[in-house]
Amino acid sequence: MRTYGRHMPRSSLPTRPARGPFAPDFWRSPLRGPRFTSVLGVVLLAGVTILFVTGLLSYAAYNPDLAPVNDKTPGKGILGFYLFSWPTDPPWLYRLTQGVHVTLGLVLVPVLLAKLWSVVPKLFTLPPARSLTHALERISLLLLVGGALFEFTTGILNIQLDYVFPGSFYPLHFYGAWVFFGAFAAHVVLKAPVAVRNLRRMREGGDEDADELVAPRPDPPTVSRRGAFGLVGGGSLLLLVTSAGRSFDGPLRETAVLTPHGGPEPGSGPNAFQINKTAAYAGIRPAETTEEAWRLVVTGRSGTVRLDRAELLGMPLHSADLPIACVEGWSTSDQWWRGVRLRDLAALVGHEEPVDVFVESLQRRGAFRRGALRANQVADPRSLLALFVNGEELTADHGYPARIIVPAAPGVLDTKWVARLTFGEL
Amino acid sequence: MKLFVLLCSFVLCAYAGVRLLDGDWVMVALWFVGAAVIHDLVLLPLYAAVDRVLVKGAGRRRGWVNYVRVPAALSGLLSLVWFPLITGRVSERYAGVAGLSADGYVVRWLIVTAVLFGGSAVVFAVRVRRGRRVSVGG
Repeated sequence: MRTYGRHMPRSSLPTRPARGPFAPDFWRSPLRGPRFTSVLGVVLLAGVTILFVTGLLSYAAYNPDLAPVNDKTPGKGILGFYLFSWPTDPPWLYRLTQGVHVTLGLVLVPVLLAKLWSVVPKLFTLPPARSLTHALERISLLLLVGGALFEFTTGILNIQLDYVFPGSFYPLHFYGAWVFFGAFAAHVVLKAPVAVRNLRRMREGGDEDADELVAPRPDPPTVSRRGAFGLVGGGSLLLLVTSAGRSFDGPLRETAVLTPHGGPEPGSGPNAFQINKTAAYAGIRPAETTEEAWRLVVTGRSGTVRLDRAELLGMPLHSADLPIACVEGWSTSDQWWRGVRLRDLAALVGHEEPVDVFVESLQRRGAFRRGALRANQVADPRSLLALFVNGEELTADHGYPARIIVPAAPGVLDTKWVARLTFGEL
Repeated sequence: MKLFVLLCSFVLCAYAGVRLLDGDWVMVALWFVGAAVIHDLVLLPLYAAVDRVLVKGAGRRRGWVNYVRVPAALSGLLSLVWFPLITGRVSERYAGVAGLSADGYVVRWLIVTAVLFGGSAVVFAVRVRRGRRVSVGG
């Protein structure tokens, strides 16, 4: 018999043995136990830590503290305490950090599911709270489990462009991450020592402790614990090999058979590399990008200059080999860009010293039709207003007549169909 | 000590949570809590029940169940992660935004599933044959 505790109403039914999932012998799997949970927990401790750090780096890569247009979370307060000027070296920095963030997130899905499966009996405990601390611990676990699933779900939906979540992705995923991390940190402090002790004893070959996770009346095993880890690892491996290729080009990308921006490249020729937003989707009308219609408006300390394409071509042209890396986790290898250096355009309007720039596009929709770049990005000799890629003119989908390309910046800040550049303190 | 850790954690959760809920707070809270509830009370019982039926259905041949269980679990995992692309619910947007076709995802998922089950069947056949040889030899 279980006693329900004194918080039960006095007139309640006579006490009965716990039934259904609340009864300890409802759970029959011989796999469950502190060791199974500890191994998965330690994998998640390492994995989630990397996800959190790469996520914070991605947040910093947008330079949200530079200008309001870059900042999708103006109310962040002290959560932006660590922000720094995003560097331009190494040029593949964002490609690496964001590729790791998204691919690792996918790879950890089976580990997370297995971890949650391994501890689910603990959800059904009576009484629901034995003490104030126990009640708070269970609330913290709700934040932990809800937070983990919320972060994984919003991330996975976002990379598939399935915007069903209630609001904009940036604030949801960013603030959600901090709620999750708050609960995660507490869980690690409280449980990591236990997990490490379990693993150490496992290595030494000791017996498993009696624990509430161990089924009191287990079914005969249908799979060994090693086999179960094999299944979880196999799931992770399957997600890895069907996803990781989207951070590369050509045959490797074709291996990413189930992942957005996996499979064959779009079109053929020098412009056949991945497109984040097509010209049609961005609302670019062909009539506004013709030689006659399009002008680049450059504003700075000494006034405003309007340049047509021929005048831009008359300026010193420079080359840079740079990748495109998207927040959605896919990237291309280096493309050969050719165009006018941003710092030369700054000098044209009276800024000889490094200066920020506010970039505006012709595009009619998209959260990043306007964006700001910091002085260190403008000053980099590889930062271009590109007119050519891989030896040909840009196509409409890659930003014709002119686009920004900056080393190590997230793809959304490589603004396409540029119409106006305003240099100066933002 | 435990209480102190939890209270510190709640301070951070509350600070971020207020900002998370700034907007359509009912829906955001529903998503946050609903994710845990749907996982724990729908998804997990569902796949556990399917697995139980599978094991029961195998009867005395419990050892064989893994040759179905493993490919089914892996295929199910892929469909869980990629259902927006596989079901085609985002096909139109994906084609418009990225200039890529999403039509191939369901076919590729079926091919991967077929390969998983096929591979499992081959391993099963090899093991059964080897087992028979051993029992004949013995």
